[in-house]
Amino acid sequence: MNLILVAVISLGAIGLIAAVILYVASKKFAVYEDPRIAQVAEVLPQANCGGCGFPGCNGFAAACVKAADAGSLEGKLCPAGGTPAMEKIAAILGMEAVASEPKIAVVRCNGSCENRPRTAQYDGAKSCAIAHATSGGETGCAFGCLGCGDCVAACKFDAIRMNPETGLPEVDEEKCTACGACAKACPRRIIEIRPKGKNNRRMVVMCVNKDKGAVANKACKASCIGCGKCVKVCPFEAITLENNLAYIDPAKCKSCRKCEPECPKGAIHAINFPPRKPKAEAPADAAKPAAPKAAPAPKAPEAPKTEAPKAEA
Amino acid sequence: MKTFRIGGVHPAENKLSAGKAIETLALPKQAVFPLSQHIGAPATAIVKKGDVVKVGTKIAEAGGFVSAAIFSSVSGKVNKVDSIIDASGYRKPAIFIDVDGDEWEETIDRSTTLVKECNLKPEEIVAKIKNAGVVGMGGACFPTHVKLSPPPGCKAECVIINAVECEPYLTADHRLMLEKADEILVGVSILMKAVNVTKGYIGIENNKPDAIKLMTEKAAQYPNIEIVPLKVKYPQGGEKQLIDAVIARQVPAPPAIPINVGAVVQNVGTAYAVYEAVQKNKPLFERVVTVTGKSVKNPSNFLTRMGTPMSQLIEAAGGMPEDTGKVIGGGPMMGKALLNTEVPICKGSSGVLLMNDKEASRAAESPCIRCAKCVSVCPMGLEPFLLATLSAKQDWERVEKEDVMSCIECGSCQFTCPSHRYLLDYIRLGKGTVGGIIRARNAKK
Repeated sequence: MNLILVAVISLGAIGLIAAVILYVASKKFAVYEDPRIAQVAEVLPQANCGGCGFPGCNGFAAACVKAADAGSLEGKLCPAGGTPAMEKIAAILGMEAVASEPKIAVVRCNGSCENRPRTAQYDGAKSCAIAHATSGGETGCAFGCLGCGDCVAACKFDAIRMNPETGLPEVDEEKCTACGACAKACPRRIIEIRPKGKNNRRMVVMCVNKDKGAVANKACKASCIGCGKCVKVCPFEAITLENNLAYIDPAKCKSCRKCEPECPKGAIHAINFPPRKPKAEAPADAAKPAAPKAAPAPKAPEAPKTEAPKAEA
Repeated sequence: MKTFRIGGVHPAENKLSAGKAIETLALPKQAVFPLSQHIGAPATAIVKKGDVVKVGTKIAEAGGFVSAAIFSSVSGKVNKVDSIIDASGYRKPAIFIDVDGDEWEETIDRSTTLVKECNLKPEEIVAKIKNAGVVGMGGACFPTHVKLSPPPGCKAECVIINAVECEPYLTADHRLMLEKADEILVGVSILMKAVNVTKGYIGIENNKPDAIKLMTEKAAQYPNIEIVPLKVKYPQGGEKQLIDAVIARQVPAPPAIPINVGAVVQNVGTAYAVYEAVQKNKPLFERVVTVTGKSVKNPSNFLTRMGTPMSQLIEAAGGMPEDTGKVIGGGPMMGKALLNTEVPICKGSSGVLLMNDKEASRAAESPCIRCAKCVSVCPMGLEPFLLATLSAKQDWERVEKEDVMSCIECGSCQFTCPSHRYLLDYIRLGKGTVGGIIRARNAKK
């Protein structure tokens, strides 16, 4: 009986002392966290994609609160949540929402199996980063898509998929949040985060080949050869030619579509535009309303040739 | 018999061309000289279209201290300074020269008489080697004059000559020893003089008994040079492995280099190039290249001018066999598969290997069974499975902590893996990425 009493008293005493210490510590070492951070974090998608440039959604929430205290939410954007999320955040923080331009990932390569004949076979690990470091790839184009799907693996929203027909990745416009993870994962910087454009329509040069015209032409049917015809025809000076490669500045482009028929290689794509009026003959591969990208042709799986540390059979 | 302590594998030797004397290959129609054929800064072209050059004319200047000059191997007219697709499929700047005749620079001594005496001072020797564009001929192509200029605080104690040729198939160094033993020994003594040491070792694996015998006989006249027969084990030709095997010293992890343990390691081909550069005023513009493969009609060793396309060597060895699966530049363990055979022979091209379909095909990858064979064969004492996994997960911080920079990319792990995992592929990715991170960090400092 006595023994039980001793146990109860001693344990109780230890518990009491510990409680006092914990209470004092919690008061003394308390770290104040703005309750708004938790509120803001709640309306964020919690995908922790990093597209905003901050470490995870909580990091972004803290940055938003700090920015609100400084007076403006300018420049803060959750690409995954988009404008609706930013409006909610602005409401919580009592600020004006800053309108932002919706963006999307664009795969700037149309080197499908049909367009880009294979000249070698890669049999290394299925990773674009490794394939890129090892060799120029399976085709004559050392700039184009390697097709190992590092972008697909990087996407947290299941918005990018390999098309087995073309061997190229395709972006699902509904799901893409333009967080930029795929663009970062691509060792060849083929994927660009571009403004979605008015009515979701945009003009893009679907090529990143910087080789001279003759070389690029030989490597791929759909390559930009740097002829500069598009630059001349553009009434808005939106197209620049650098390193044998044309680039359409989305900020200047007015989607007049003049450059599209001008390109002798069909490298300029008008995405999500309605088909052209039957004046000119069929614009075939140029505009497919629904598809995010017009990329024809079949392609087998991967594999250029590579270095082989494999001695002897 | 001596060898290095940890790890190593025994790939089948397949030294098919060991019995073939070195033949001189015909001149190419056009020679191509990539400006980056060595470790370090690329060379800068000093010729332009239309310039007439002779054999041995300098066509590109070294682009820095860790860099090497490039010399024309042919006489003729510069066609263009443009780009060429290198072995990896990327475009690199190169000089194209249309061959016309075979006129040499007068300064080059073309006689075959052996010149033993060398009365130059060490600095003069290093300068001469530098001016001849000599780089390590084993494959890594590290500029030789850099290795011969120890950083402050380091003192060379011995010169170790790498005559191991541990790569299967390759026989270029073996043949060179059999045919140019005297010249090599003079080259070694010049190297010893250049770094001011009195001890030189030549490490030869004992699968070349004829070379060991000949070199031992010839070396009798050189009391300071010792021939060290070594037990056959890959990768004994690795610098750090060779130092361990010959003088039983271990080079610490990077950034430590062999000179930190007092060793200067040079390839046997480099020793020969040094002899020619110092005693014959002949810059580095030709080398011995092995063309081999199981299906090759006539595996051979060719004395080849730099800039000759590999296709010409393959033709000379009996043409490309029908069952060719891969064409490898170098040996089967560390060589690189070529994307096209028009790639020119460079300073570091030790061989052209035509693998047949069977050899070239890579078995399908299966899951790791935790057998730890890769760990036991790693000559650097690393854990390849871990490095590969961490690289695949892109955990660069841990990849660096696990000492990825010590990896010598010998491929023993991948060779031995029963699950055929892509170990080296991922480790190389990790090494490349971590190397970039370290460089960026150092640049910030």
